[in-house]
Amino acid sequence: MSTETSRIRVTDLSGVLRVEFVDKDILDEAAIRQISTELLKRVEAAPSPRMLISFRGVEHLSSAALGTLITINSLTKKRGGQLRLSDIKPSIMEVFTITKLNKLFQIFETSEKALEGFGGK
Amino acid sequence: MTLQPQPVVEGSVRLLEINAEIERVQNSIAETLSQHSYSDAAMFAIRLSLEEAMMNGFRHGNLADPSKFVEVRWRIDSNSANFHVIDEGEGFDPGAVPDPTLDENLEIPSGRGLMLIRAYMSDARYHDPGNHLEMTFRKVAK
Repeated sequence: MSTETSRIRVTDLSGVLRVEFVDKDILDEAAIRQISTELLKRVEAAPSPRMLISFRGVEHLSSAALGTLITINSLTKKRGGQLRLSDIKPSIMEVFTITKLNKLFQIFETSEKALEGFGGK
Repeated sequence: MTLQPQPVVEGSVRLLEINAEIERVQNSIAETLSQHSYSDAAMFAIRLSLEEAMMNGFRHGNLADPSKFVEVRWRIDSNSANFHVIDEGEGFDPGAVPDPTLDENLEIPSGRGLMLIRAYMSDARYHDPGNHLEMTFRKVAK
C-alpha cells in the first residue's frame, strides 16, 4: 500500500515503512514541520516501528531537517523500533559526517541493503 | 584562450519569512555563482550556509516575529563570495552555543546551523552585538 501526502511518499513493505521525499530540497521550515508531523504520527501508530527513510533524489538538506530525523530516531527507539536511512548522495553524506550524525543513525548505501535483515520485502 | 572576467555582482534584499522569496534570492545567487564558475560543491556549501544563516535570523534573531526583517547583502566576484545576514534581534554570544558533535549532545535536535556554516564557509564571524553574520566563501584556500 502506498499513500502520498504533499511532501513524502510512504510505502508499507511488509511492516517496514519506506519513506521517500517528493522534493529535491528539504530546506523549507514549513515543509519540514509538515514532514515531521506526518512521520511522528506514523511512528506513534506502530507498536514497534520500523522505518526506512530513503534520500533518493534529495539534493539539499538543512539542519532543521536533521533535527526532525533526530526526533524521529529517538521516538522510534523509545517505542522499541528502529530507523534506517539510505540512498544519501555524497554531498549530503558530508553534512551527516560534519555533524557526526553518521554515528547516531544507521545509514545504508541503498534501500535494498537497508531492507536486508529489517524484516521488510 | 582568455576567459572574459565576470563583473563583480552586488545585491541586497530585506526578507520577511516568505519562503518563495527566499528561494528566489537563493536561485538568483546560484545563477551569479554559476556565471562566475563556482563548482557544484561550492554552490552546495553557499546555498546551505545561506539557508542556515537566514533561518537562524528568523528563528533565533527575530524570534519568529513575522513583522521583522532579515537583511541579506552579497558581493560576488570570480574569487570569493561574501555575505552579510542581519536580523532585527538583540544578538547573541556565538561562543555560548554548545558543541552539537559531542556524544552527549548528538541527540539534541537543534543547534547545528552555525556549525555547518563554519564548516562550509572559508570564514564566518558575528559582528557585535551578534545579530550580524558575515561569511565568505573563497574558491582556493578554505
